[in-house]
Amino acid sequence: MIRRETWQAWALLLPALLLLVAFTHWPAVATLIDSLYTTPRGSRPPRFIGLENFASLLDDRVFWTALRNNFIYAAATIPASVILALLMALAVNTALPGRPLLRMAYFTPTMLPMIAVANIWLFFFTPDYGLFDQVAGLFGLGRHNWLGDSATALPAMIVVAVWKEAGFFMIFYLAALQAMPPDLREAADLEGSSRWNFFRRVTLPLLMPTTLFVLVNAVINAFRLVDHVVVMTRGGPDNATTLLLYYIYETGFRFWDTAMAATLTVVLLVLLAALAWLQFGVLGRRVHYR
Amino acid sequence: MIRRRTLLAAGSALAMPAIARAQGVKLSFYYPIAVGGPIPAVIDGYCKDFKAQSGVEVTPVYAGNYGETLTKAVTALRGGSGPQLAVLLAAEMHSLQDMDILASLDDVGLDAAGKAWMEGFYPAFLANSRADGKLWSVPFQRSTAIMYYNKTAFTEAGLDPEKFPTTWAELQAAATKLVKRDGAGKVTRWGVKFASDIGNAQWTFGAMANQAGQVLMNEAGTETYFTAPKTIDAMAYWRSFPFDGKSTPEGISAWGQLTPDFLEGNAAIIQHTTGNLTNIRTNAKFPFGVAGLPGRDGPRTVVGGGNIYFFKSASPAERKAALDFARFLTVPERAADWSMKTGYIATRPDAYETPAMKEFIAKFPDANVARTFLPVATGELSTFENQRVYAALTNNVQACLAGTKTPQQAMADTQAEAERLLKPFKKG
Amino acid sequence: MTRTQLPTRVLEILGAWVLGIIWVLPLLYAVWTAFHPAAYATSFTPDAPLTLANFARAWEAAPFARYFLNTTILVTLILVAQFVLCTPAAFAFARMEFPGRDTVFAIVLLQLMVMPDVLLVGNYRSMASLGLVDTILAIALPYLGSAFGIFLLRQTFRMVPQELDDAARLEGSSLMGRLWRVYVPLAKPTYIAYGLVSVSYHWNNFLWPLVITNSVTTRPLTVGLSVFASTDQGIDWSIITAATLMTSAPLLLAFLLFQRQFVQSFMRAGIR
Repeated sequence: MIRRETWQAWALLLPALLLLVAFTHWPAVATLIDSLYTTPRGSRPPRFIGLENFASLLDDRVFWTALRNNFIYAAATIPASVILALLMALAVNTALPGRPLLRMAYFTPTMLPMIAVANIWLFFFTPDYGLFDQVAGLFGLGRHNWLGDSATALPAMIVVAVWKEAGFFMIFYLAALQAMPPDLREAADLEGSSRWNFFRRVTLPLLMPTTLFVLVNAVINAFRLVDHVVVMTRGGPDNATTLLLYYIYETGFRFWDTAMAATLTVVLLVLLAALAWLQFGVLGRRVHYR
Repeated sequence: MIRRRTLLAAGSALAMPAIARAQGVKLSFYYPIAVGGPIPAVIDGYCKDFKAQSGVEVTPVYAGNYGETLTKAVTALRGGSGPQLAVLLAAEMHSLQDMDILASLDDVGLDAAGKAWMEGFYPAFLANSRADGKLWSVPFQRSTAIMYYNKTAFTEAGLDPEKFPTTWAELQAAATKLVKRDGAGKVTRWGVKFASDIGNAQWTFGAMANQAGQVLMNEAGTETYFTAPKTIDAMAYWRSFPFDGKSTPEGISAWGQLTPDFLEGNAAIIQHTTGNLTNIRTNAKFPFGVAGLPGRDGPRTVVGGGNIYFFKSASPAERKAALDFARFLTVPERAADWSMKTGYIATRPDAYETPAMKEFIAKFPDANVARTFLPVATGELSTFENQRVYAALTNNVQACLAGTKTPQQAMADTQAEAERLLKPFKKG
Repeated sequence: MTRTQLPTRVLEILGAWVLGIIWVLPLLYAVWTAFHPAAYATSFTPDAPLTLANFARAWEAAPFARYFLNTTILVTLILVAQFVLCTPAAFAFARMEFPGRDTVFAIVLLQLMVMPDVLLVGNYRSMASLGLVDTILAIALPYLGSAFGIFLLRQTFRMVPQELDDAARLEGSSLMGRLWRVYVPLAKPTYIAYGLVSVSYHWNNFLWPLVITNSVTTRPLTVGLSVFASTDQGIDWSIITAATLMTSAPLLLAFLLFQRQFVQSFMRAGIR
């Protein structure tokens, strides 16, 4: 009896499992192996060199820049998009004029391909006659070379990423908010607790599972979403907007240094694993699943 | 019945060997252009004409800009589904050779007529084609950097709109004069803009280095000369525009942005490709001029653009057909037609002898400006690990233009990085 | 609501709307620029003439019809395969006992973090050795077995009352019969919500398709759009915005029409 169920379960699992292993786990392992060899070039076959690729990564200025950029990018986009998403959800969860329209407004960025809107943002950031500088001009403010200045290029990328993501996360918060029993609020009103107290003591804890889910997604996106970098800056100026995955793409498919690209990928995977452990291990324990 | 058909086929094969052999050959042709604009239509037309003439079906694949097309072509070849020929940056020769994916023209097979045909190109356009005593590419979509300038702005600034600066000092002075500010001191028009983004900064800089009288690399593509005093002068010259003359914005300006800037009146002068002439002529709402680049002492420029490469993975018949196609594209009449339709320079002197071209130049003298600068043009920066050397140079140029590095520092860092990258390629 | 003072409330509404306007600004700009001649791409005068020429130019300049077809094939292929593959796997994890279940589930969940997007280099090599480079199948393959889908459906299936399952079993339903007649219908909101996420994700996915496709016959819309927008002659915003609107119109329309259902399915799907 039990043996039959085992057999059946594996039969049900097998197709999905096979694909998962073939295109997620196997490439991850293959990448690890590749990172221990030299890049094959022309007639020179790959050669085993142990950890030499990792050693040369330590000397790679661009790698460190990319790593630092990615941390700044993550540290800014994750909280900003999650908090904005929550605010948006709270806003459209109340009765306010034009609610469907507003909900639509928040959600549109999710529906637009990043590759296309990046070109529109390119116009917004254009110095002198771009939208931002035109608006700034109305208030008598000066021009700015947003994407051409190392100091503002990364913040510009962050703005675009937050704009793109917040609406998507809002939907999850909104679904959670609408599922909350309305009598909770009524009870709180009777008790006379302030709105802020109610939000802090009741709403926020109830939203914790959603927050964890959204957070996981935000973390992944902070390391996965580089489409706008490809279109808007290609990592420039002077690597100010080079993020890890973009650097992997550049190394692997513009410089064709596959071994180095593999080495970088291993670093990124280790980073993601560490973050996953952090989130599920530390944060996860505080979340009360119903 | 069957025998008769076989006989007929054999007979026609004997009579027309070249064409009979070519029947059924299909070529995939990667082409570096964004879809849109007039060029795809022109190329499509040539492919159609070639099919009618030879029976060979050439399918162009438009793959974006030069960098993207290079990426696509190489990834495709590595993935085993590559094209038989492609137009890629002429300067990529060493890198492509190192990947062992190219077939040289000698491998494909050049007969005496073919050799004579190759002799007919402008020498400047063959500068990036020779290595190891072989020819590796056929010049096609070629250009030089030229200056587009707004004549109205020149008049406004009290400059002679018919006389473009020919020396560095003159351009520096003119650019500063051309800057226009509004009442609040905000710049509404910049004097000059140069492309300093990834994929383009090295081209702008190559021209400036040539203007200072410095070649940036050896012919073998294994050495670079970024720390030469004249190279540093070139960097200092570029940097003088944002920092001394205040005539160009600090930080980087992107290639794609330059044309809108110029058309908007936001930049009085831009350094761009000849390939943009038709576009600007169509869209400019003010009188504009085309001029050669200045130099420290006198005009100097850099050639750019793409050559046709042939790939090893193609069968001998495909390579032969590809070479035939390249020859078909570069006969004088077609080279002239191409130049007139796009603004790129016809790659051969004999194209300028065709009646159609003579008539065209009489009508649009601007179209001739770039060609007259070919004698003072140098080849584009071209080394092994080309894209990486470009990236190193670009990053440092950008740092210098943003004010975070001095020209000396920027060039020293570029040279150090280039030497590290090129170390494995030095022979002996 | 009663205890909120009016001025605070007005401020909140104002804030919400300012945010909303900022959020649609790129779309508004796209609409403005796409419907006006190129000369008005950077200056906003109310009397600018309207035109459809940009759409015509964009449509002619690139094989968008083909790109639409490619993207449609791609998202359909992925969606169907994900449903077909994840459903039984999720059921096995949710309602069956077998040795190693938790370990295997943990291995599956790894993909939530290690997404295929990150494994460009490794997956490219796999596709090259399978001879699949430059095929729509190759774009789709890494995403077919989806940990997210399995996880989501498992959560949903676990909430299906055991009595319903038992009743079906008593009636003599087979394993697949129970899955099909009891679990799948009850998980409909999850399928809709997951379908929405999957379609919008793959409609807009860029980097992996960019790497793996080379030709017009395989390029999805996003890659076609990027080739289209990168120009040697300078950015032409009017044509790019027209192309942007064309390519995102289907998704935008779909959301406009079904937005209420979407939010409700998210609610019922328990993705919260």
